[in-house]
Amino acid sequence: MFEFCADPKAIEGLTWAVCYLTSAKHVLFYWSFLTVLLLLAITAPAALAMGFVGATAARSHIAPVSWLGKLYIWMVRGVPDIIFFLFFVIALDQIIEYGKSLMVCENHAWPWQGLEFRVCPEAKVPLARSSAFWHQAYGFMLAVVTFAIVFGAFVANVIYGAMNAVPRAQLETAEAYGMSRAQVFRRILIPQMWIYALPGLGNLWMILIKATPLLFLLGVKDIVYYARELGGSKTQAYEYPHGDWRLWYFMALMVFYLLFTRISEIGISRLTRRLSHGQATAGGEALRRAGA
Amino acid sequence: MSMTCWETIQAYGLRSIGIGENLLPRSDFTLCQQFTLIGSGMIWNLYFGILALAGGFFLANAIALARTARNPLIRKPADWFVFVFRGSPLFIQFFLAYEALVLLPKGGVDILGIHLNTAWTTRAWAGALLVLFLNTAAYSAEIFHGALKSIPKGDLEAAEAYGLTGWKKFIRIEWPTMLRLGWPAYTNEAIFLFHATTLVFFSGFPAFQQKGDALYYANYFADKTFNPFIPYPIVAFYFILLTLAVTYFYGLVNRRLNRHLPANTRSRIRLRPNLIR
Repeated sequence: MFEFCADPKAIEGLTWAVCYLTSAKHVLFYWSFLTVLLLLAITAPAALAMGFVGATAARSHIAPVSWLGKLYIWMVRGVPDIIFFLFFVIALDQIIEYGKSLMVCENHAWPWQGLEFRVCPEAKVPLARSSAFWHQAYGFMLAVVTFAIVFGAFVANVIYGAMNAVPRAQLETAEAYGMSRAQVFRRILIPQMWIYALPGLGNLWMILIKATPLLFLLGVKDIVYYARELGGSKTQAYEYPHGDWRLWYFMALMVFYLLFTRISEIGISRLTRRLSHGQATAGGEALRRAGA
Repeated sequence: MSMTCWETIQAYGLRSIGIGENLLPRSDFTLCQQFTLIGSGMIWNLYFGILALAGGFFLANAIALARTARNPLIRKPADWFVFVFRGSPLFIQFFLAYEALVLLPKGGVDILGIHLNTAWTTRAWAGALLVLFLNTAAYSAEIFHGALKSIPKGDLEAAEAYGLTGWKKFIRIEWPTMLRLGWPAYTNEAIFLFHATTLVFFSGFPAFQQKGDALYYANYFADKTFNPFIPYPIVAFYFILLTLAVTYFYGLVNRRLNRHLPANTRSRIRLRPNLIR
């Protein structure tokens, strides 16, 4: 990056450290933090949407729809999530390729043959000739969808509970004013449920942050991948030889996560305070007293 | 050479702890083999879960108490312990612990003339157990600390009116009430800890001689057969059974803790969504 870094073997001390920490691979490491943030930025709204659909389905008056919603919520409860992560990443990929093979391949044989999964080369996603970027992007997309499915079920559970927690009297008042069921849902239930959903959603946000290292297991080059790569001991053949520094790299990741969860905690408590204004809850009552 | 299912169970039932057939199946994977080996792996999940919970319970009680101490020298370290273990991913904790344990001198250390062997600490049965023990202690301490703070004021005043003070008040009134109030949340913690044991062999700690947990073998089959639709549902099935068993056992304890209360005021255990740490 810098001119004086041209010959890393000749420099030492602080200059060495500056050159080392700005090497091309380290810059990729810093960018991978953005990968994590990008995952959070896409997954959080996607999971919220999935959860909303799931909770609404579970509340439906049509029995099969309600069963589907409840099955979705129940499914993720009894089973460790990492199983879902490992499962969906392969299963989604195979389902996508199988679906594509039905359209583009001439031979429609069942793809799970013996010890392989076989579809014609045109059905591969992404195609073997695609650039490395597309392979990375596809892997990241699968990870995002997997996170959204699993966390969507958690969110659905929280929102389902929050919708049931909205005082019945508020909904009945709305009905007494002549609102239709859709109007009650849109104008009263949804705005009012957030305060009940917030503690659960805040908790889920923290869990989502702490789940991001699983990207590494899903084959994405994330911060854990680079921490292992960069920290591993480097012989004299490398530009910057050093011993096994993985411990220090993981310490840095630990500090990153501790700061991130701490800041989130403060943010969530501020948001709770704001949403509590004028609510018929203990928190809302405390705010009213303090103001009076 | 095909084996009957009973022969398969004899060969692989205890494979995860190194008893029985050494070579894992490499082709012609039968459903029976998958059920047996993944079930065999559950031994490790039970080992990690039960020992970490049993040890973590005592440490959690100590830390919850330390957090109520007036002396900051006792309170602050306890607060930090809980903050560090609850604020960072378990996945990173495993990696960090493994790297730290690997740095211990290979030949062992000499302390006051006693030679201590350190090689075993990097093995999953010791290293990962230590991390899970500390992790569950931190999460449980948070639960117990919350329960300790929400003991009704009237109960404590009544205890004092009866002349109970200090240790006697704690052991007869505060501690049982804390357990009773915290138990539903603690049940969830126990379930998640069992779920968290599936992370052990996917982070830092290698599976020595292919002796791994249920998810390790499920992953092995999925890799070999390119078919995730059989092994993962099997491991999910085992975990649903385990979750039901834990809920039942903790429910029995909950009933005992609540036995003096009228039926309508008892705290019920509700299963909440599982949490990744």
